[in-house]
Amino acid sequence: MNKGKKINPKGFEIGQLKILAIILPLVIFMGMPIIFIINHAFKPMEELFAFPPTFFVRKPTMENFTKLMEFSNNSGIPLSRYVFNSVIVTLLTVGISLLLTTMSAYALSKIKFKGRNLLTQINQIAIMFVSTAVLIPRYLVVCQLGLINNVLAHVLPLVAMPVALFLVKQFVEQVPDSLLEAAYMDGATDMTVYYKVILPMIKPAIATAAILVFQQVWTNMETSNYYFQDDSMKTLTFYMNTLVNANNTVAGQGMGAAASLIMFLPNLILFIILQNKVMNTMASSGIK
Amino acid sequence: MSKEATKTAKPKENKPAETAKAATEVKAENATAVAEREIPYKQPPTPPPAPAKKKKKNKISRRENNWHGWLFIGPYALIFSIFILIPVILAVILSFTNFNAIQFPKFVGFLNYITILTNDEVFMKYVLPNTVVYAVVVGIGGYVLSFVLAWALCNLTKPVRTVCALILYSPSMTTGVAMTVLWKVIFSGDQAGLLNSWLMELGVITEPIIWLTDSRYLLPIVIVIGLWSSMGIGFLSMIAGILNNDESLYEAAAIDGVSNRFQEMFYITIPQMKPQMLFAAVMAIVNAFQNGMVTSMLVGNPSPGYASQLMVNHIEDYGFLRYEMGYAAAVSVVLLLIVQLFSKACNTLLTEKDPYGKKGGDEDEQGEEN
Repeated sequence: MNKGKKINPKGFEIGQLKILAIILPLVIFMGMPIIFIINHAFKPMEELFAFPPTFFVRKPTMENFTKLMEFSNNSGIPLSRYVFNSVIVTLLTVGISLLLTTMSAYALSKIKFKGRNLLTQINQIAIMFVSTAVLIPRYLVVCQLGLINNVLAHVLPLVAMPVALFLVKQFVEQVPDSLLEAAYMDGATDMTVYYKVILPMIKPAIATAAILVFQQVWTNMETSNYYFQDDSMKTLTFYMNTLVNANNTVAGQGMGAAASLIMFLPNLILFIILQNKVMNTMASSGIK
Repeated sequence: MSKEATKTAKPKENKPAETAKAATEVKAENATAVAEREIPYKQPPTPPPAPAKKKKKNKISRRENNWHGWLFIGPYALIFSIFILIPVILAVILSFTNFNAIQFPKFVGFLNYITILTNDEVFMKYVLPNTVVYAVVVGIGGYVLSFVLAWALCNLTKPVRTVCALILYSPSMTTGVAMTVLWKVIFSGDQAGLLNSWLMELGVITEPIIWLTDSRYLLPIVIVIGLWSSMGIGFLSMIAGILNNDESLYEAAAIDGVSNRFQEMFYITIPQMKPQMLFAAVMAIVNAFQNGMVTSMLVGNPSPGYASQLMVNHIEDYGFLRYEMGYAAAVSVVLLLIVQLFSKACNTLLTEKDPYGKKGGDEDEQGEEN
């Protein structure tokens, strides 16, 4: 009877060991570089250049981080300024982007209006276009709008993300029509349906989209590189990257390792917070 | 309404299936059993016409909502047009011109495209083959790998699954800064490089290999890194999709004679999670064609001997090093067409895989679950 019920098992069975044995080497292979980054950041100078090179840190220090702090304090603009910029830009972009994305996903998959299919098609094609190719035209557009050195230049170009819309739309389509019909029957407007029916039901999709947008914004250097001349308006990512590239020397190695850990951690933390929602079954959010 | 409909339909449906199961051999039977099971699921979409008034009213109200759709999508559409659509159109226009980023673009017709096809030796000899190899291995390989891994993870208990998913997903978070430092240390060309030192310890090689300048190793290295970071958001959506499957279907399938895990996977799991499969496929394609960062971060652009030059790098090369924007735009339009072709193929493949018919299938299936 229970034979087929092996997806998402509640308890441990012997059969799972087989699967675990197969994927464990892969998991280790995939995880190793990450563990290496973490270890590398805490290595003191002599271990960074030890021969033979070591994988794990033996005597962990905060030396690399303090060096990084000192370096940025000496360079005029304090690190905190970049952190502040990055946080503001990221929060704004993720917030606005999620709002716009969920709204349009609802419209594209559940409201019938003229031009819907065309918009979906255009969005689909836009996913495929390489961002490198539109760099110059986009710069011209930003110039024309007078957004150079304006905070909005960090936010607006990244707010509309075709991939996120595509993802959320796939989930909204799975919301049963009958549920929406019931809501309409009870006199709900589109706004209420969006707010009270759609949003609660696509929480996993929102969480996934949030991760997606966050990654794009957090690692983006394009906006800082091209739309800002004022150094105090640039983001942490940009700063870390110039730091790593400019200090490709012996002393820079440790700072680079520390910088990479700092850039990597927010991603990891966000994912740990949201992973439950992402991998949760849609069942718990009310679809079933 | 529909709930009752399926409930009454189910018992009737099970009996013939069970008797049939007792009679025939497994494989041919499975297909029919699943097909039989699918029949009641097609029903819910048909019941609505019965209460005709309801549907009509709804249709009217929805047609009235016409402009509401634009209300919801308006802000997105506006920003999308300004920052994505217009630049893309500009890029397409630029591809027909000769533009050096300083003087006003000069119209040259199809010259850029003709040059790509006939005159660009680097493109034909290195860039295109590299891109194809990279896309096939990282795109298809990464896609299959992430499905298999997602499926395997879903067969584990939650704590184990969470930890494994976290580890598998984390590489795709490390772009830019983190990556450069990491891979440079691992693939460093002297004895202090991690990989060299390990291989020498194992006795595989006797003297260090200069990984990042040797054209033999460059493409494989880039491919390995690509595969390593390919368990991205598509992978997560696959996990969500598999977990999202209706558990009762598995029980039903077991009763109907689906005996091994692979049949279960093909007949139940995949048809049920097609939206997620499609999303993951699109992400895989995009990753496979647009990931040029690795090369330029690792070895600079152009890479030694063009050994790992991908189309994205070629675009960067012409656009930002030689300032031949028109030509770069033309190459990116070609890239867009190639990607588009693949995603079209993917679209049809993922809809044809469903033996029960047309595109609307997903929505119907989903509707029945209530």
